[in-house]
Amino acid sequence: MGILKTFALGGVHPAEQKLSANIPIEELPVPKQVTVPFGQNLGAPSKPLVKRGDTVKTGQLIGEASSFISANVHSPVSGTVLKIDNVVDSSGFRRPAAIINVEGDEWMEEIDRSEELITGFDLTAQEIIDKVKKAGIVGMGGATFPTHVKLMVPPGKKAEYLLINGVECEPYLTSDHRLMLEKGDEILVGTKILMKALGVSKAIIGIENNKPDAINHLTELSKKHDGISVQPLKVKYPQGGEKQLIKAVTGREVPSGKLPIEVGCVVQNVGTVFAVYEAVLKNKPLIERIVTVTGKAVKKPSNFKVRVGTPVKELIDAAEGLPENTGKIISGGPMMGKALLNTDIPVVKGSSGILLMKKEESSRKPESPCIRCSKCTYVCPMGLEPYLLSRYARTKRFEEAEKEKIMDCIECGSCQYTCPANIPLLDYLRLGKAKVGALIRARNAK
Amino acid sequence: MLTVSGSPHIHGDNSTKKIMYGVVYALIPAMLVTVYFFGFNAIRVLTLSVVFSLLFEWIIQKYLIKGDITITDGSALVTGILLAFNVPSNLPAWIIIIGALVAIGVGKMSFGGLGKNIFNPALVARVFLLISFPVEMTSWPKPAPIINGLTDVITGPTPLGIVKEGLDAGKTMSDLMPQLPDYVQSLLGQMGGSMGEVSAIALILGGIFMLWKKIISWEIPVSVLLTVFVFSGILWLIDPQHYADPLFHLLTGGLMLGAIFMATDMVTSPMTKGGQLIFGFGIGLLTILIRIWGAYPEGVSFAILLMNSAVPLINRGFKPKRFGAKANVQNR
Amino acid sequence: MNNIIIISTIALGALGLISAVILYFVANKFKVYEDPKIDEVEEALPSANCGGCGFPGCRAFAEATAKKAKEEHNLEGLFCPVGGNEVMQKVGNILGLEIEAKDPMIAVVRCNGSHANSPQKVKYEGATSCAFAHALYSGEGGCMYGCLGLGDCVDACEFDAIHMNPETGLPVVDDNCTACGACVEACPRDIIELRKRGPKERRIFVSCVNKEKGAPAKKNCAVACIGCGKCEKVCKFDAITITSFLAYIDFEKCTLCRKCVEVCPTTAIWEVNFKPRKPKPAAEQTKKVVSTETKPVELKVNTGTTKENKV
Repeated sequence: MGILKTFALGGVHPAEQKLSANIPIEELPVPKQVTVPFGQNLGAPSKPLVKRGDTVKTGQLIGEASSFISANVHSPVSGTVLKIDNVVDSSGFRRPAAIINVEGDEWMEEIDRSEELITGFDLTAQEIIDKVKKAGIVGMGGATFPTHVKLMVPPGKKAEYLLINGVECEPYLTSDHRLMLEKGDEILVGTKILMKALGVSKAIIGIENNKPDAINHLTELSKKHDGISVQPLKVKYPQGGEKQLIKAVTGREVPSGKLPIEVGCVVQNVGTVFAVYEAVLKNKPLIERIVTVTGKAVKKPSNFKVRVGTPVKELIDAAEGLPENTGKIISGGPMMGKALLNTDIPVVKGSSGILLMKKEESSRKPESPCIRCSKCTYVCPMGLEPYLLSRYARTKRFEEAEKEKIMDCIECGSCQYTCPANIPLLDYLRLGKAKVGALIRARNAK
Repeated sequence: MLTVSGSPHIHGDNSTKKIMYGVVYALIPAMLVTVYFFGFNAIRVLTLSVVFSLLFEWIIQKYLIKGDITITDGSALVTGILLAFNVPSNLPAWIIIIGALVAIGVGKMSFGGLGKNIFNPALVARVFLLISFPVEMTSWPKPAPIINGLTDVITGPTPLGIVKEGLDAGKTMSDLMPQLPDYVQSLLGQMGGSMGEVSAIALILGGIFMLWKKIISWEIPVSVLLTVFVFSGILWLIDPQHYADPLFHLLTGGLMLGAIFMATDMVTSPMTKGGQLIFGFGIGLLTILIRIWGAYPEGVSFAILLMNSAVPLINRGFKPKRFGAKANVQNR
Repeated sequence: MNNIIIISTIALGALGLISAVILYFVANKFKVYEDPKIDEVEEALPSANCGGCGFPGCRAFAEATAKKAKEEHNLEGLFCPVGGNEVMQKVGNILGLEIEAKDPMIAVVRCNGSHANSPQKVKYEGATSCAFAHALYSGEGGCMYGCLGLGDCVDACEFDAIHMNPETGLPVVDDNCTACGACVEACPRDIIELRKRGPKERRIFVSCVNKEKGAPAKKNCAVACIGCGKCEKVCKFDAITITSFLAYIDFEKCTLCRKCVEVCPTTAIWEVNFKPRKPKPAAEQTKKVVSTETKPVELKVNTGTTKENKV
């Protein structure tokens, strides 16, 4: 194992609560009905290609990328489209989705369903990117940025490092951990594929030190491949943020307002890498993923392999039911996840976990005045001053907030986690960012 | 029914109450020492100050502001104890009550309550009392350990007072040495002074506790004490007969209390480490200036209040190191 | 002793005199010429500095009117909503122009998704900001177009004319509304609109801005507009248009005949400040309850829905 690295600025250490770390991945049966939202990515939603009454096969294209930053959507099941309707998804709003009644499980012919490991491939970078685009792969760490766009390095910039994000810094979540343990070889082949697509010779897999088995396993496997190494990282939230990961592993800082490619780095989540392997070498589009179901009251914390579009209810039932005093259901981790409105909401490409919180844990403590302790400033990984920015947002001083770099905020939540006065700092920061973003767009439009 | 809120959905252990009560625990060694040396009077002053601080805060919040009552958050308790520590133990009750009213009413509530004041409330009250009641506020009882029995209180000047008057009258440091406490006495607290400032050891213990609990950070106390040490050291090296030595300056007067408990008050100190270092430096410098060349023998209270007023400017000038701002040269 | 007094008096007196003279000349030399009419107009304005006219403060409005009067001899497009027609008449008189009276406007909250009509399905915790909650999720009742009840409009109002009704969770606009438009800007869901006050403060409007199809709209709120089109068909004055399953009444064309109110199946259209109707003959299938100022409500909807919103 190499020496432990970390990022210097800020960070907090919430209790890790990796309740499902030792639970192997369990594949859930296909549900009877799935709801597949057409917008499961950052950027524009896909354009529907099917309508009521159409029959679809598993892996069939049902939504086409509608702009540069958009992704394809494929049917995760075979059956008949019941209707195209607006459904409440994890965003909390009603968005267009395809509701499909499942009949059997007939896959598209070109998809290779065997579990056999393929290690060799002979494709050009552009061919790889095209296959990734066709498969509708998006960032599966939760940001859901279309992967093929990330792989297209803008002219004038050059990629030097590919960083694989196996950090999983959020408490409770273990889907990436299990994937690294059980599909390590595939992940490394996927890494090689991405290295070819980007034209880099060095790839580093960053893993937090609370997963020593994954670190050892992947270190062993990486010996078979040239140019791939594993970097253990100190356990600190938000180590999994791409800017913090780049800083810790390479020592480089992504300049404010710019993308990682500025410092020659491209970051991909391990789940995305696995999906790339399956897409490029097995022709399988992104239609299923690993989702952790966890929480202190959950009877059977688990890691499930489920089809996209499965209602969250099914996963909770498979984990032996919704605990009695559940107060909050979170899609994602407790630091950055979204609270769900009900259990009919479907799993989407970016759902890394379902966290069930007890009623006692679900309420916020009442807000009290800011005592200017500056703990929020000390923990901010981007070196911002949350007390100041949230005050600007509350008092509508958006231009000043922009000058103080509110747009650099990565919304990690460390500030609100630390605040002794229980001030909803991130709520106001998000509000400020939305308003400043609108100001910037209006200014650029002129 | 499910709850919906924005992330994060978990919260750390910090709370305002924990911080405030942490400061109270850190003050316990100093409280024990002061009761030991000043006896019943110490208990009297502490009780009056705390009770009336809480009472005035309650009255103002209930009847004037008509808002939430927050007297249990610990901040008025801390102000009450620190106010008691800033006055001599023989101060008449009515003056203590006025002090509590000024500390809470003027120093804290008139600015908008917790978190909104610019000046340290206990120091606002101390300076107000010092200027309004100069006689009562400068008759310092000599510490008489209560084990010696409850004798009448004998008053006398503080060590700094002795030095100031002596040097002004033309005496030299060697002349004055016999009247001054030695280092051990200063550390332990056997010297004249206000209730909380006498025992450096007790205060340092409290400071270490607060550092451990992450209630304060080292920048302010260290920069204050270091600045005082360096400047007084330079002066003493130049002319040891007319300037007291640096260790004397560190251990006497309200410097320890000021550096560890008053200057580190979160509400009135800067938000970044760089800002805090400058803040501490300014306090140290002003303290020495007032002690040596000013009219008062002790300058820490004034120094802290003056630097409090500079804090908004310091916050503007000293920003945290931004991530990804290598291209920017300035701090802003 | 006397010498000192005399000398001091003379010295200070001379200083004062010299300063006065210098100040007089400087004030005259560097005087900025301003049209005296601007001051007069500013006097006549309400000094609320609310920005409802579109200018930053009453002084700026006064300058704009004086400039426009001088250059274009009319005051088109310039109106002080707080002062209203009365003040604009005064301004017109000062500037020597004829001013057309405008219809007084008032802010109207076009949502009736109260706690009773749109029952709470989740509990919200977080910043007390409609702008934030709007970006976070649809709303406690489930309707993503409906009022969130967190009071951004109340905070924005500088005339104390809008308040939250804790029973319904909806804002109520008082009569002293000056139609300055601050609450309209503040509402992230464009629920508040400036509409004509109407003769005797009578108004009719569709109290819903939900653009979803009827079934999901009604699932979340009992009094949503489902876009059925009955009102459009019955309106003889072409005042009603339906777009995206939502009806809208144009207040310039509406004659307040109330036919649309009668036919609306979900009671989404409101009539405000009208006299109660005479009860219909016994042939009616559904029982109706007549309330003092608004449309009869079907008993079976629920008892809590007598529209307390007086606007």
